[in-house]
Amino acid sequence: MEEVAVKKTSEIEEKEDPIVVYKDVHKSFGDIEVLKGINLEIKPAEKLALIGPSGSGKTTIIRLLMTLEEPTSGDIIVNGKNLWKMEKNGKLVRANEHHLRNVRGEIGMVFQHFNLFPHMTILENCTVAPIHVKKESKEKARERAIEMLERVGLKDKLHNYPSQLSGGQKQRVAMARALVMQPKIMLFDEVTSALDPELVGEVLEVIRDIANTGKTAMVLVTHEMDFAKDVADRVLFLDKGVIAEEGTPEEVLQNSKNERLQSFLRRFRG
Amino acid sequence: MKWNWETFFDALPFILPGLGVTVGLTFACYLFALVFGFFWTFLRRIPIRTINWTVTWVMEFIRSTPPLVQLFFIYYAWPMIPGIGVALSPFTSAILGLGIHFSTYIGEIYRSGIESVEKGQWEAAKALNFSTVDKWRKIILPQAIPPTIPMLGNYLIIMFKEVPLASTIGVAGILLMANTYGARNWAYLEPLTIVGIIFLLLSYPSAILINKLEKRMNRRFDKEMAFVKEEVKNA
Repeated sequence: MEEVAVKKTSEIEEKEDPIVVYKDVHKSFGDIEVLKGINLEIKPAEKLALIGPSGSGKTTIIRLLMTLEEPTSGDIIVNGKNLWKMEKNGKLVRANEHHLRNVRGEIGMVFQHFNLFPHMTILENCTVAPIHVKKESKEKARERAIEMLERVGLKDKLHNYPSQLSGGQKQRVAMARALVMQPKIMLFDEVTSALDPELVGEVLEVIRDIANTGKTAMVLVTHEMDFAKDVADRVLFLDKGVIAEEGTPEEVLQNSKNERLQSFLRRFRG
Repeated sequence: MKWNWETFFDALPFILPGLGVTVGLTFACYLFALVFGFFWTFLRRIPIRTINWTVTWVMEFIRSTPPLVQLFFIYYAWPMIPGIGVALSPFTSAILGLGIHFSTYIGEIYRSGIESVEKGQWEAAKALNFSTVDKWRKIILPQAIPPTIPMLGNYLIIMFKEVPLASTIGVAGILLMANTYGARNWAYLEPLTIVGIIFLLLSYPSAILINKLEKRMNRRFDKEMAFVKEEVKNA
């Protein structure tokens, strides 16, 4: 009886090999250590929310994964491959751009300030990477981009420029632009923080839609606690560069005894 | 000395053929500087301190030395250096001398353009996994270069006005032709006036053109205009 149960667990675990693993990851900017040993596993299709006060290191965690910053020490494994290190003559050395490009292809990111390409139309924003990075045909890239823009509700803006859109619309384009690359992991860096309050809803709606339909793993750095509770499978509370609390949304957002977390959450309940 | 219209019309056909050389040299130098400017810009971006320091110093040296001295050096001194010395024609020497001199300025303009591209654009390019070449070709340069076009245009005019320096090493542009005419006929007033008028006639309209271009470039990035254009297109 016990043997069977053990076998079953290991089966599940095998099926659920993590797509991302952080092993004792540290990151310093100058003298300031913003991440002090992060250990973290993200399962395929898992929706993970990172919360915490500003300066807690939550954004840095996903920026390391997107290769926008390089960790000071530790390993990040993406899909079984070491992100920041590569093998050379049997030794692990610092990854070069070629290696980073190979591993980075699995990851997509949506930024706080959208970062759309201002010299391209909405449609071009969503086709330039599929055409030049994934080497898709123009027709196919166009077709998929239109499909994706329709999904985020912007099919009527194909030939507009980003400067002609509202913040919420820009952010939805940014999501479509990331999604057409079909990443296995999507990172959201405080994607509603730069928006007017009345535009937050439409952006969260799209993220909810991605979360419900996609097999994509998602990591959301967010201040939207209610939204995190709704969408996330797991919530991490970052504080002073360490994961201070971790669990289901209920465990972290409602039942935690962690004092720092309590006082952090109180500020959002007003 | 009295103004003599006869001399004026006698000198004009003698000088005018030099205009092709002057304008041709201007564009040749400019093209050289535009291309070579990229060389400086990208050389300075190499993240190795010694290279960066050396390049910065060499650029500073070139900019702080008079172009005339550089011209003389390339034309007269360089051929005398054993081993690497090459004797060049006056025209080629002028392209090299003025082209390299101005490429250091052009390189600075490129740099300012590249620095004006927001950090978020570089990060988005990385997040979408662009190759280095495509990142520059598709994302960075299309945003970095257009705002610098008016400044680049100004340098075309400045260069046009510096090109007569090449007459000192024997490039037969309008200035050398005028000087030659003056020496032969002992009449400098009319031919040199002609040279002045030619420069004015070409520089001034170009400056106005570039000014217009600048206004249009500024508008191109303006939100309101984009909206208006869209409205007009839809109407």
